Amino acid sequence: MPENDKSKSVPDSPEEMSRRQFFIKIGVTSMAIAAAGTAAFSYEYLSPNVLYEPSPIVDAGKPDHYPPDSVTLDPQTAIYVVRTGEGFFALSAICTHLGCLTAYKSDLAIIACPCHGSKFNREGVKIEGPAPRPLPWLRMWMSDEGNLMVDRSQAIVSKQVVRI
Amino acid sequence: MANTLDQFVDQLRENRIWRSIFRSGTGESNLHKSLVVQQNVFLHLFSIKARRRTLEFRATWYLGAVTFGTFMILVITGVLLMLYYHPSVPQAYADMKDLQYVVSSGVFLRNLHRWSAHAMVFLVFAHMFKVFYRGAYRTPREFNWVIGVILLLVTLLLSYTGYLLPWDQLAYWAVTVGSNIASAVPLIGAKLRFLMLGGTAVNANALLRFYVLHCVILPLFAILFIAVHFWRIRKDGGIYAGDQSSEVGSR
Repeated sequence: MPENDKSKSVPDSPEEMSRRQFFIKIGVTSMAIAAAGTAAFSYEYLSPNVLYEPSPIVDAGKPDHYPPDSVTLDPQTAIYVVRTGEGFFALSAICTHLGCLTAYKSDLAIIACPCHGSKFNREGVKIEGPAPRPLPWLRMWMSDEGNLMVDRSQAIVSKQVVRI
Repeated sequence: MANTLDQFVDQLRENRIWRSIFRSGTGESNLHKSLVVQQNVFLHLFSIKARRRTLEFRATWYLGAVTFGTFMILVITGVLLMLYYHPSVPQAYADMKDLQYVVSSGVFLRNLHRWSAHAMVFLVFAHMFKVFYRGAYRTPREFNWVIGVILLLVTLLLSYTGYLLPWDQLAYWAVTVGSNIASAVPLIGAKLRFLMLGGTAVNANALLRFYVLHCVILPLFAILFIAVHFWRIRKDGGIYAGDQSSEVGSR
C-alpha cells in the first residue's frame, strides 16, 4: 500500500531522499539529457555540411565586353557589372528588401525591384523604399587572364573601382 | 420489395461475421444507437447524443465539416498527384506540366487539389469567424479554440509549402520572399532560413524539404490535431447550442 504509507516513505532528514525520489530524479535527468542530445543531433542533421550550390566567385569575362558607361545584369549570377568613366565595379542585383532579382531601367538610369517597388541608383544607393539598405558592392578584381572576377559572398564597404 | 430488402439487410447484420466486426448489433433502441457510435473507432470521437438545434444549418453553417471535407479531398488528390510528381529540380516543373497535358485526368486532379486548397483556407477562416461571432470559443471550449488556431497555422503552412512544388517563377519568387521574411526573426532568423531551405538559396534542398513537409510532416500534424479537435467537441459538451443556461460546466 504505497499510497497509504506516504508519510513513511518521506525520510525525516531533508538531505536524505527516498529510493523512489532518487530513481525519479535519475530518470528525469537522463530523459532531459537525452532530449537535449536529440535536439542537438536534429539541428546538426538538418544543417547540411556540404552545399551543392553555385560558386560565389563569378568570372564576368573580359572588360571590353562591357560598353563604356553601362550597367549589365547577369540574371544567372544576380550581379551588375557597372562600367563608368573611372572603371568597373560590381553590385549585387538581389534586392535588400526580400531577395527578389532587380532589373536595370536604362531609360530612367535606375535599378528597380519588380516585387515591391524599391528603387536604387546605379551605385546601389537607395532612392525609394521599402528596401532597408543600399545594394551592396561586391569585391571585384582582375584575374591573371585579364578577366573581371566577382566574389558574391564578399560585400565591400569602401567603394573601390577596378581601373583598367 | 422494400420489405425483402430490409429483411435481407437485417439478416446480413445478424450474420456472425458482420457481428464480429460491428459488435453493436441491430436494434432501434437508444442503447443500440449509442453503441453504434461508441464502439466505432472513428465515430467514438463524437458524442453519442447531440441537441437537435446544434445539427441545424444555422448553428454552424456546417463550416467545420465542410473544411474537413476539403481536407479529405486534398489528401486523396494529393496522394494521387504524388504518383507522377518527382521533387527534383530538373523534373518538378515538367511533371507538373505532364499532369496538366499528358496524364489522363491529371489536370482535373491537379485543379481539384489547387481549388480545394484555396477553399480550405477560406473555409478555415469562415469557420473561425462563425465560432467567434457565436461566442462558441468561450468556456469550456477555449482550449479547442487554441487547437483551432494551431490547425489554422498548419493549414497556412501546408498552403505555403505546396506553393513551391510546381517549381515555376511564381513558386520560386514567392518562397524566396517568404524565406527572407523568416530571416527577419530576431537573432535566429538567418539560421532559421538556412534550416528551412537546407542551403542559402531556394534550390534542390529547399524543394525536397518543402515536399517532405507538404506531403508527410504537416499532414500528420493536421490529422493529429483534427482528431483532438473533434474529440474535444464531445469532451466540451457537444457543439455550442447558443444558450448559456443549459451549458454543462460553464463558469
